[in-house]
Amino acid sequence: MATIQVKRRDGLSLAEKLYIPEVMRGMVVTTRQLVKNVFGHQDIATRQYPEVKKAYPERFRGRHRLTWRDDGSVRCVACMLCSTACPANCIHIVAGDRGDEKIEKYPVSFEIDLLVCVYCGMCVEACPCDAIRMDTGTHPMPSFSRDKQRIRKVQLLEEGLPSTARQGGLGT
Amino acid sequence: MSFGELVLWGLVKFVAIVFGWVMLVATVLTYLERKQSAYMQNRVGPNRAWVMGKKFPLSATLGQILADAVKVLVKEDTEPPRGGNPILHQISPALALVPALLMWIVIPFGPGPMPGAAGENWFLIADVNVGLLFMFAVMSISVYGATIGAWASNSGFSILGGLRVAAQMISYEVTLGLNLVGIFMIFGSMRLNDIIWGQGELAWGIVLQPLGFILFMVASIAETKRAPFDMPEAESELVAGYFTEFSSMRFAVFSLSEFIAVVAVAAVGVCAFLGGWQIPWVATPVDAAGVPIYGWITVAQVAIFLAKMVFVIWLQMQLRWTLPRFRYDQVMKLGWVYLLPLSLLNLVGTAIVMYLVR
Repeated sequence: MATIQVKRRDGLSLAEKLYIPEVMRGMVVTTRQLVKNVFGHQDIATRQYPEVKKAYPERFRGRHRLTWRDDGSVRCVACMLCSTACPANCIHIVAGDRGDEKIEKYPVSFEIDLLVCVYCGMCVEACPCDAIRMDTGTHPMPSFSRDKQRIRKVQLLEEGLPSTARQGGLGT
Repeated sequence: MSFGELVLWGLVKFVAIVFGWVMLVATVLTYLERKQSAYMQNRVGPNRAWVMGKKFPLSATLGQILADAVKVLVKEDTEPPRGGNPILHQISPALALVPALLMWIVIPFGPGPMPGAAGENWFLIADVNVGLLFMFAVMSISVYGATIGAWASNSGFSILGGLRVAAQMISYEVTLGLNLVGIFMIFGSMRLNDIIWGQGELAWGIVLQPLGFILFMVASIAETKRAPFDMPEAESELVAGYFTEFSSMRFAVFSLSEFIAVVAVAAVGVCAFLGGWQIPWVATPVDAAGVPIYGWITVAQVAIFLAKMVFVIWLQMQLRWTLPRFRYDQVMKLGWVYLLPLSLLNLVGTAIVMYLVR
């Protein structure tokens, strides 16, 4: 059995009770910091935000984007898995006929309401063909109207790059 | 000098000293305090308002002060909540500002005639022979601005702040006064000019009354309602204390009068304990009648007075940002149980020593 030595603190010492020596010690600390920051090497923790931005981590879930196929069309096949998985119900897709046997559908409209979105990343997990991603590294900007926050297919595609995944479907 | 001339010169000096120096320092302090506290805490502080966006020396200082002034002037002037007294609410900032400005009447910025010598003191607004007593009287009046403002606001936070102002200022004024009584006893005068001359002959007040100086500093910080004694406006408990319900320029006048009081108390501390305009080992040149001969030494003396004042203000601000706030009962206990008996002890000790020395 190991015994724990408990060191008890019996109140304050006389110097601490007098308060003034302790105040002096505190003043020394703060003055040292002041002198260092004014005259010497600056030890500033503040980041000058709009000019200096913090780099987000690589896996940061930022704004969504829709990826392209190599031929420049949208990869999304309007399977509705993302809007089904979405816990906030913020993805609204209207599917249209693509006129292709291999890939039957495409999204006529693809809207995400960024004010409703909770940035959980479920849509990205659900997508079977790597069409939606949240790797833009940006976050939604403020706007003067709610309507501006409902981003459409075109805006989502503008963020996008061709997918790095193997092209889905046969013969494409 | 006729009465009319006296009034005219008094007004000229008041405008020169109050607007040329006191207001200037108080305004700069609003910027400097934020900057100083920022650097102490590894922050940057206000650095966004540059004059015309140009980075020349003092541009940020000037820009920030101008921006603050414009901001408080164009903001909405709020009415007190229903049940408050709008008229008292309107005049209470002035009631706080005027006593803070009146304190400057008795503070000498430079050498006047020696004690007992006839002559005009050009560095003093009015040569009142009760000097510091007048200052204390005016300082006590400044409680009214805060308490009336608090009462007129009809707000719980305000009234608590107002009560705390009244209690705290009454408590600490006793200590503040008693510590200066020791100085009065040693130099045999209440005029700050005479006290400073006496300090030049004998020794500085801080040497003669070291305990008195420490107690004076503590009481003066409590008197100016600043941390660690900022109970009246404890922002974590009372929003902003007695000026919670004030906005725009009325709010600014309250905080400006606080800064002016800081500068005034620093000036009194310098006069009573740090030798005022005396430069160590430099004698003030006087003519046969005891009136100082003005010259470059006078300029240096005024400069050193201002430098000492800036140092004391710096000390107060540094203390403000070093120490956490006391609890309300601790403030009262410190005032009545520790500081008051200590200052009485100091007084009695001074009397005994003076009796023995004589």
